[in-house]
Amino acid sequence: MKVIVCIKQVPDTTNVRINPETNTLVREGVQSIINPFDVYAIEEAVRLREKHGGTVTVITMGPPQAVEALREAISLGADDACLVSDRAFAGADTLATAYALACAVKKLGGADIILMGRQAIDGDTGQVGPGVAENLGISHVTDIRKIEEIVDGRIVVERLMEEGYARLAARLPVVLTVVKEINIPRLPSLKGKMAAKKAEIPVLKAADIGADTERLGLNGSPTQVMKIFTPPKPSGGKRFTGEPAETVGALLAELAAAGITIRKK
Amino acid sequence: MNYFLTEDQKMIKDLAAQIAREKLLPIRAELDETGEFPWDVVQTLAKSDLFRVFVPTEYDGLGGGMFEMCLVVEELSKVCSGIALSYAASGLGTIPIILFGSDEQKKKYLPRLAAGEILAAFGLTEAGAGSDAASIKTTAKPDGDSYVLNGTKQWITNGGEASIYTVVALTDPARGVRGSSTILVEKDHPGFTFGKKENKMGIRASATRELVFQDCRVPKSNLLAKEGMGFLVAMKTLDQSRPGVASQALGIAQGALDYAIAYSRERKQFGKPISSFQGVQFMMADMATQVEAARALCYAAARSIDAGEKDVSRLSAMAKVFASDTAMKVTTDAVQICGGYGYMKEYPVEKMMRDAKITQIYEGTNQIQREVIALGLIKESVRGPARGSIPAKA
Amino acid sequence: MDPIRVIVQNCVGCGLCVKSCPYDAIALSGPVGAKLDKPSAVIDLGVCTLCGACVEACKRYQAIVITRRTFKGQDIKKYSGIAILAEHRRGKLGSVVPEIIGAARELQKELSAPVCAVLVGNGVRKFTDELLSYGVDEVWMIDNPGIGDFDEDVHAELVSEILMEKKPEIFLGGGTVVGRSLLPRVAAKILTGLTADCTELSIDPATMLLRQTRPAFGGNIMATILTQNHRPQMATVRHKVMTPAEKVSNPQGKVIELNHIPVPATKLEFLEFVEEKSATVNLVEADVIVSGGRGIKDPKNFELIEKLALATGGAVGASRAAVDAGWIPYSHQVGQTGKTVKPKVYIACGISGAIQHLAGMKGADMIVAINSDPNAPIFDVAHFGIVGDLFKVVPELVKRLESGS
Repeated sequence: MKVIVCIKQVPDTTNVRINPETNTLVREGVQSIINPFDVYAIEEAVRLREKHGGTVTVITMGPPQAVEALREAISLGADDACLVSDRAFAGADTLATAYALACAVKKLGGADIILMGRQAIDGDTGQVGPGVAENLGISHVTDIRKIEEIVDGRIVVERLMEEGYARLAARLPVVLTVVKEINIPRLPSLKGKMAAKKAEIPVLKAADIGADTERLGLNGSPTQVMKIFTPPKPSGGKRFTGEPAETVGALLAELAAAGITIRKK
Repeated sequence: MNYFLTEDQKMIKDLAAQIAREKLLPIRAELDETGEFPWDVVQTLAKSDLFRVFVPTEYDGLGGGMFEMCLVVEELSKVCSGIALSYAASGLGTIPIILFGSDEQKKKYLPRLAAGEILAAFGLTEAGAGSDAASIKTTAKPDGDSYVLNGTKQWITNGGEASIYTVVALTDPARGVRGSSTILVEKDHPGFTFGKKENKMGIRASATRELVFQDCRVPKSNLLAKEGMGFLVAMKTLDQSRPGVASQALGIAQGALDYAIAYSRERKQFGKPISSFQGVQFMMADMATQVEAARALCYAAARSIDAGEKDVSRLSAMAKVFASDTAMKVTTDAVQICGGYGYMKEYPVEKMMRDAKITQIYEGTNQIQREVIALGLIKESVRGPARGSIPAKA
Repeated sequence: MDPIRVIVQNCVGCGLCVKSCPYDAIALSGPVGAKLDKPSAVIDLGVCTLCGACVEACKRYQAIVITRRTFKGQDIKKYSGIAILAEHRRGKLGSVVPEIIGAARELQKELSAPVCAVLVGNGVRKFTDELLSYGVDEVWMIDNPGIGDFDEDVHAELVSEILMEKKPEIFLGGGTVVGRSLLPRVAAKILTGLTADCTELSIDPATMLLRQTRPAFGGNIMATILTQNHRPQMATVRHKVMTPAEKVSNPQGKVIELNHIPVPATKLEFLEFVEEKSATVNLVEADVIVSGGRGIKDPKNFELIEKLALATGGAVGASRAAVDAGWIPYSHQVGQTGKTVKPKVYIACGISGAIQHLAGMKGADMIVAINSDPNAPIFDVAHFGIVGDLFKVVPELVKRLESGS
């Protein structure tokens, strides 16, 4: 079974803060990490290999430093990796990114299953998975919380939806985006880290992936950012300190005064 | 302080620290309470290849030595030395096989130990034979192509959880110590059972049980080295593994120190954080200096052993005695710095103090260690002053 | 030509661009520019992602220029009207649909164009009255037994065909599980731009383009996005962000059946739907949500949160920290990467208030925060905050609610 995992190197947005004086992003100390949802995808891919045999290849479209994310993926169990990187890709929105990744997947000979996390924590769009599937002309299912079985080219999955989950089947090849419920990712192994250090990671440039250049990067992106601004900082409301009996009493009084009841009906 | 670790060593240390933070920290308080064995953590360590660090590459190990093992034990012990002990004690049980095993024995057991599929344990101590290890009574009578073991080992770490036990027993009781041998006993060999699990003051996540041999039959092929070499095997093993105990104590001390410093910055009395009081500052300075000295000794001992130095007993003993005494002092001081809160089970330092005590006792009490050091000094003095040193009688 | 460049003679070396760059791609290391003693900005093209923050920052001197020549788009002149996706499942119209119609009708005020609903499925004609009652001008419908609720590939194909035939200039969908999967597929089929999770939609009076504003960088900053050369301009909107459309007293709209569009066979196989029975999980509909975060310290303590939820008849939520620690399943997660909620009352217990969490709940009518750290950012958005030990405050609150005092 050939599995390709598409990952993204992102800034750790949980640690990104706004400098209150200059209203700009504070960059110091913000590490680059593998998009957390993609870590679950890597783990699922490794589990698929443990169950069905085959290979796990990790790819990412990014600047040269994204190779570190690929090495980390190898330390988590991926067999090999490929960096899709070229200045021509810069400024890509999700349409252009999905196009480039699909070209790279084709160049690598396709896969039985293409996995990625549900969304990236910097863009939060979740749009690349379906876009890759459309470009490859294959099925996709998002928000996968479990891969139940794969028998004779038919995969049965559970898709997490708002009010429960749907059980669906699709024929391989397929693109799946995964949610955190799907597994608990393993920690890196020493053998994995050593393999990651030694791994030769080829770079695929725009010319290598046979892409139509006008569909790449900034020029391949129908959406463009017109402006970026920091949202106004809220100032907060009333605060109570003291003994629980007092503070709770005060809270309930305030809620009642505001006409809000929170009693069970 | 920079100890000039290689990149691979840094990798091992960082991974052990990550596991300690993510897997040991959330469960240490609960395991201390229940005494439950940390199989989940053992599995995580296994999957991350940490059991491989001290096993030779020919047997699926990563080819490191005691220094690498010490790095792991130290990082794990910073968070929970009880859980760390399950790893360290398996190391102790594995070392005799690495040092004295035949190629066949190594092939049989080391790959599985390196993969963390099974754990090992070391069985020397008996009810009547602690410091006086030479007075063990467990016998291993040769009988055809087997040994038949009779006797009881006491206070064996990983007892009941490990699959393989390196047991020191008397194959020729008449010759006393010179009639002892080290035998590899597997958990399911007939006649091998375990006593109750001990209810301990500290390191409560680690399993401590009696090994009970009643006509326990073990194939002769499980003899390590030769008959009569039992004690030699044991002593050489303990010499090698002693920095492991030192690093356990070191980790406990560092963990307690880090906690106490953080606490002292948060806790305010008299309008100031207590870290601003000179009395507390002096305590922390002394604690930190002692911990660093313990680290330097421990790393020096481990590196000497790995470099193949012949006479490592004294340095090994110094590392163990100093680190464990430091751990006891530092954890006691840490509880003191944390004041009333330090005494409460809700806070982690009282556990660290309870955990520290054992490091002064097992793997050779600190009294025995001091004897070893003193005797070594005297022997050296008898041999004559070292070249370039000032003679005792001028 | 490079897509972004610094016009050296305009650059005064003020460094505002350097500070604005989220990727640290700019340095003041170039030749002197407008001010003879200050080096000009240099952009590292290997790091720059063309996000445009520096262009914005250099509004005053206009020394940074991004040149784009997007690939050929649709013939814009032929596109008009505002369309929305009428999402439905298992016999019910999506609760987000009235909200999207509301947003569309607001845009209609600027564009003076019809608002149309795209409705595909099996037996969907039963939704037409409801859609028209929200003031939709036309319902573009394909009602066919061959379109299963979960055959998303068929939905994507049909929606794309409808959009290409009817040519609305704007197409909106819900930022729901389906919306975030279906619309990207459609956008990739049609080759147009899609912006996810917009918090604000408006028409730029000068260009008549749809201004799509959404959080970026995990919610730390906001970005306004345009789709200039491609149609339709697509966007998704999350639940409880836009105001639902008001019903019209005399619906005038009509239903247009598009049965000439062939329905392809699905490649997916729907097996079953397993409903989440627990009332404590239906966060999106709940009036009261009680959430636990890192301050809960232990999975056992979530019982306390559940108790309070029961006492208030509410649902249980959680911050990402609690979910990542494995204390509660992901279906309870509120925030940027979880669910967006807009309850009447949101009670945050032991939650610090990271931006990503706030993004999921700051629309609540009343936010109550209980945290022992007086500096926790949650207090900035909370209407009422109790600085205290939640393990004491929450039981007290439960006690008072249960006793009815």
